[in-house]
Amino acid sequence: MSSHVEETLPHEPERATLEGRNKVTGFWLFLGGETVLFGTLFAAYLTLRGQLNGGPSANDLFDFLLVAIATALLLTSSLTSVFALQAMHANKVKSLIVWLVVTLLLGVGFLGLEIYEFVHYVDHGHGFTTSAFSTSFYTLVGFHGAHVAFGILWLLSILYQLKFRGLNTTTAPKVYLFGMYWHFIDVVWVFIFTVVYLMGKVV
Amino acid sequence: MAHAHAPVKRYSGLMDWLTTVDHKKIGILYLMSGAFFFLVGGFEALLIRLQLIYPQLEVVSAQTYNELITMHGTTMIFLAAMPMLFGFMNAIIPLQIGARDVAFPFVNALGFWTFFFGGLLLNISFFVGTVPDAGWTMYSPLATNEFTPHHGTDYYVIGLQIAGIGTLIGGINFLVTIINMRAPGMTFMRMPMFTWASFITSALILFAFPALTVGLAALMFDRIFEGNFFNVANGGNVVLWEHIFWIFGHPEVYILILPAFGIISEVVSTFSRKRLFGYSSMVFATILIGFLGFMVWAHHMFTTGLGPIANGLFSVATMLIAVPTGIKIFNWLFTMWGGSIKFTTANLYAVGFIPTFVMGGVTGVMLSAAPADYQYHDTYFVVAHFHYVIVGGLIMGIFAGLHYWWPKMFGRVLNETVGKITFVLFYVGFHLTFFVQHFLGLLGMQRRVWQYLDGMEFNTLNFISTIGAFLMGIGTLLFILNAASSFRKPKNASNDPWEDGRTLEWTISSPAPEYNFAQTPLVRGYDAWWKEKMDGKDKMVPAEPIGPIHMPSPSILPFFMGVGLFIAGFGFMYMNDWGTIFGARIGLVIGIAGLLTLLTCMLLRSLIDDHGFHIEEDEILKDQGVKA
Repeated sequence: MSSHVEETLPHEPERATLEGRNKVTGFWLFLGGETVLFGTLFAAYLTLRGQLNGGPSANDLFDFLLVAIATALLLTSSLTSVFALQAMHANKVKSLIVWLVVTLLLGVGFLGLEIYEFVHYVDHGHGFTTSAFSTSFYTLVGFHGAHVAFGILWLLSILYQLKFRGLNTTTAPKVYLFGMYWHFIDVVWVFIFTVVYLMGKVV
Repeated sequence: MAHAHAPVKRYSGLMDWLTTVDHKKIGILYLMSGAFFFLVGGFEALLIRLQLIYPQLEVVSAQTYNELITMHGTTMIFLAAMPMLFGFMNAIIPLQIGARDVAFPFVNALGFWTFFFGGLLLNISFFVGTVPDAGWTMYSPLATNEFTPHHGTDYYVIGLQIAGIGTLIGGINFLVTIINMRAPGMTFMRMPMFTWASFITSALILFAFPALTVGLAALMFDRIFEGNFFNVANGGNVVLWEHIFWIFGHPEVYILILPAFGIISEVVSTFSRKRLFGYSSMVFATILIGFLGFMVWAHHMFTTGLGPIANGLFSVATMLIAVPTGIKIFNWLFTMWGGSIKFTTANLYAVGFIPTFVMGGVTGVMLSAAPADYQYHDTYFVVAHFHYVIVGGLIMGIFAGLHYWWPKMFGRVLNETVGKITFVLFYVGFHLTFFVQHFLGLLGMQRRVWQYLDGMEFNTLNFISTIGAFLMGIGTLLFILNAASSFRKPKNASNDPWEDGRTLEWTISSPAPEYNFAQTPLVRGYDAWWKEKMDGKDKMVPAEPIGPIHMPSPSILPFFMGVGLFIAGFGFMYMNDWGTIFGARIGLVIGIAGLLTLLTCMLLRSLIDDHGFHIEEDEILKDQGVKA
């Protein structure tokens, strides 16, 4: 049994093994599929957003302050995930873990605000079954929220592995893939912010 | 270098099949499950034809008839045709590109088990007694709670959702395998046509299936959580379903046919003993078909009322697809031209495919003219058209592939005489069944009708059609007999049983060893193996010395992930029915338990570092000694 431990990581540890390269390629493709998924959800939302069925409209509901704080949290978390990846490439495990924890906390904060927002809307008579607008709104924004929630669980598992197994060519692709995923969620949110919230306030 | 890994548990018997991550075994699993569902779907087809053999019969009730047409379409497309193609893609692609496995062996197994449990869930509806009955297209509002209050549609929605996950991750897996794992020298423009076609098909899967995921989720939310996507009374929009379904559904038909095109290209070229004519134009035609496949979905909706501009654009786009398809047809013909053709069973299917598919293509162009489509829409003309392209195209391709690759997958050659009789029965039966349906449609017989009246001039044509369907059934049974009896023969197929093999899969033993290639081959041109043969060599030039080969470990987790999704699907489906326990709905609790099973397996997969094992040099040399 070899007990030799690699002291230095290769230049791009996420691509150092064929397995790692396969994962990165595969994940890019997966995000392509996810783009179609959210594209279809956006299409459904844009088709149905005017159908209020007597329920509250987007303009009545949305509160910019809340959404702005949520957006700021999520965008900042994308930045901190970049810092984490930079720390990874510099082989600074401690700094990597710290930045990932910051990312995690910002993500949890975003999710908390979203849950608060949904509860708040339901109190205002904007339930899932109220109208075609409400159903498509909760489906689109909820799919995004579910992605954030899954990302948080995923990040917890990665943090556990970094803490107890350190950074190596097995864990590095996982961190890198999580970074890609988190940026993707962020980009989707930018579109949700524009199409759902900004356009909801305009019309 | 010492490879002193802890010994990895290697299973045998049933556990071997449940835990395998070997692409060749997963290919066989896909093929066998697909064949099973093909028989189920075929049985449903025969019942449909029996009901229609004479006017105003009542072989099955109207309700059962609706269930049969729905399940026939759904089963044949999602659970029979796609898995059988996935079987070939799994078994053959890594061999054709000189790889030892697919990029993600674990994900490959997961894809199979999610497909399997999704299909199982869908078909359990027969035993529960609430079968999907709103047609395989599941149009709203027919599929909403208001008009289909029983659980039939739920089985469709959730079963397909689970099976769809398997297809999507399978597609990604093939894409990455082909992009990253080709042998040295195997450039993109040297890849065999079947691999190319599967590559494009996988790309189509990647961009088409997520749309279906959303459509199914929306319908599920409407039905189970009382959402309003398709509920017009509350502002929903039923045309939205048509768009989402067909923006997936039209690429889906190219997902099905492109691999069949690939198989036909391999078979025609091998048995004409000629290089495939116009290889590069074949590649670009395939890419173009894949691209245009996303631009034509609304030709399924000409009569929905999108307006003349939309209909006109989609008409023209649809007609354009005839161009690359025509290129392919001519390339096959020119490949045969001047070749020394051997009419093996596989080649009979391939040659029979060409005129049949042309006929299906021509009716396709007829249907693409929007004004004419108003006449054809929802008649038997459409039924005839898509059966010509799917049965006459895809199923012929699958039969050709079965006879062609059977020795490579199972080490035994199928009986050629029985094969040729099967071909004649199936081919004649096919044309008897569906050729007359063109005329039934033009005479005005609508599709999906349970009965027709006497004296409408439908009687004779329907009678002929039913006779033909039974001929196809007999042909299929004969094939099963042929396949089953081949397993009684010894595994004695040679590496290159057709003697004219052109591609890398024919350079290794039949069936291939677990690690495929003892030494990764060096590819020196298109038709890599044929090129070496023409240079007087009897094996490939190796690109590496013989050494220990790394293999992935088997795992039971993919199976349990499938089980978890299956349980979750069941629970959510009956969420509103089964009452409560400690204040929580029983169905919901079961559903969440299923999802937790899935998530736990995912976590285990992430946390357990599994570095696989190595097959040592001496074992490889021993294999070589026996086989060479």
